[in-house]
Amino acid sequence: MTGTDLFTPTKRRSRRSVTLVVGCVLAGLIALLAAVSLFWLPYDADDTSGGRLAGPGDGHLLGTDKLGRDLFTQVMTGSRIAVEAGLGSVLIAAAVGITLGVLAAYAQGWIDDTLSAFLDILIAFPTLLLAMLIVAARSATLGSAVLAIGLAQSAVVARLVRILVKRVLAQDYITAARTSGTSWPRTVLSHVLPNIWPTLVVNLALQFGLAVLAEAGLSYLGLGAPPPNASWGRMLQEAQATFTTAPAGALAPGILLVLLVIGVNLIADGLRDTLDPATRRRRA
Amino acid sequence: MTLLDVRGLTVRTDDGRILVDDLSFTVAGGERLGLIGESGSGKSLTTLAVLGLLPDGMTSSGSVELAGTQMVGAAERSLTGVRGRDAAVVFQEPLTALDPLMRLGRQIAEPLARRTGLTGKHLRGAVHQALEQVRLPEPDRIARAFAHEVSGGQRQRVALAMALACEPKLLIADEPTTALDVSVQAEMLELIDGLVREREMAVLFVSHDLAVVSRVTDRVLVMKDGRAVEQGVVHDIVRAPRETYTRALVASARKLESALDLRSAP
Repeated sequence: MTGTDLFTPTKRRSRRSVTLVVGCVLAGLIALLAAVSLFWLPYDADDTSGGRLAGPGDGHLLGTDKLGRDLFTQVMTGSRIAVEAGLGSVLIAAAVGITLGVLAAYAQGWIDDTLSAFLDILIAFPTLLLAMLIVAARSATLGSAVLAIGLAQSAVVARLVRILVKRVLAQDYITAARTSGTSWPRTVLSHVLPNIWPTLVVNLALQFGLAVLAEAGLSYLGLGAPPPNASWGRMLQEAQATFTTAPAGALAPGILLVLLVIGVNLIADGLRDTLDPATRRRRA
Repeated sequence: MTLLDVRGLTVRTDDGRILVDDLSFTVAGGERLGLIGESGSGKSLTTLAVLGLLPDGMTSSGSVELAGTQMVGAAERSLTGVRGRDAAVVFQEPLTALDPLMRLGRQIAEPLARRTGLTGKHLRGAVHQALEQVRLPEPDRIARAFAHEVSGGQRQRVALAMALACEPKLLIADEPTTALDVSVQAEMLELIDGLVREREMAVLFVSHDLAVVSRVTDRVLVMKDGRAVEQGVVHDIVRAPRETYTRALVASARKLESALDLRSAP
């Protein structure tokens, strides 16, 4: 440990912060598209005046799709939906997952066993099936897709949180805090949560990327946001038949999807390092 | 006045193994008792049982009265008030006994604030003083540092400051010098000795090292396999150990001492 610190400190750190910056730039680009789409779009979502399958240029930055709708408009709306799907799913996963995980770690005994068994079943349950059930019960909206993805991910988060909390609770500093008369709630707030936070935040960032991919998959299958709201997954599906003649319709959402997921994963990687206490020491 | 009264303390695991067996001892206010024995003899478990902090899967029976409160079988809520106020602990390994993500100053501030009700500038002043008392250089820098940013000896001083910040009636020191460099050990012992004397605190000093225990305590209890083997004034035990096990301990301590003398003689 000390050996590595002595010999590679500055190099390691600068490389990691580059990771974080590149990740932020990539994901920020998509976030910017999404933010702008809230206030301004080049064309209306159902404006088919552009001529079918027009190439890039001529008033349409990326061309048009088979119905004559502007592709750039669709890509912008798709960015918004992707970011919403990621944030929504991660929020659900974090809220449900942290609550269940902390509960299981504290409860011990049969409550822990029951919860853990339930989480294992939920993890084994295919997200696709869960999404189909929710869509059947509600309707095919972005909300249904996000709910399905969020619930599926909350099982993963809960299991991680349970292990992390258990590990922290076994540490001497928890015993030390309790020997000095720190109450349970106070111990959780000031010692347990801060110590599981770095690992948790990194995992949530990774879950964000997975949620974006899952949403694209669900809307490719028609289980996501309904038309006329273009989502990347549906754009891919619609452009599939004409890919050889008009590749822009599939390439544009595909590339943005890859950029967003890579960006978020790079952020997760960069965060892992900046939040790690062992590397934080050099900044303090 | 009896501060700690342990009677028939027995610690069992859930599968029935007995780790501490019918242990009885008392510590009076201001008295120093050494708890000595090889590793696995149940010393550390005894200290945890005294505070009602046994690990999961272990239960204690018998009676432990700390400043009049029964600690065995009591509700967690009532124990929280007793810990810190009546007894505080310095652990063996200071690196793991300090929260890696909390600045050292804040870790001392927590029990200090709880006891004194100080806030803001006054609290910072009190933390500074607490660090000065354990003779740490640059107390302000250390208060801002994280546990991994200071040396092992400094960490143990911080842990001692944390325990003392509670102003407990009884200080439990669980092998507080074992993880330290030999040269730092003596300093640490002297520091604990001085600070405890000033405050007229009682001490329960746990160690496997008879030489260390004899420096700090008046009386000593020898443990083996969870049982009390022998109990008495340090002087008598070192001079005339009655039990075979104690004799072996004394002999090995002597041997080590003379080996050290030989090395430092020329």
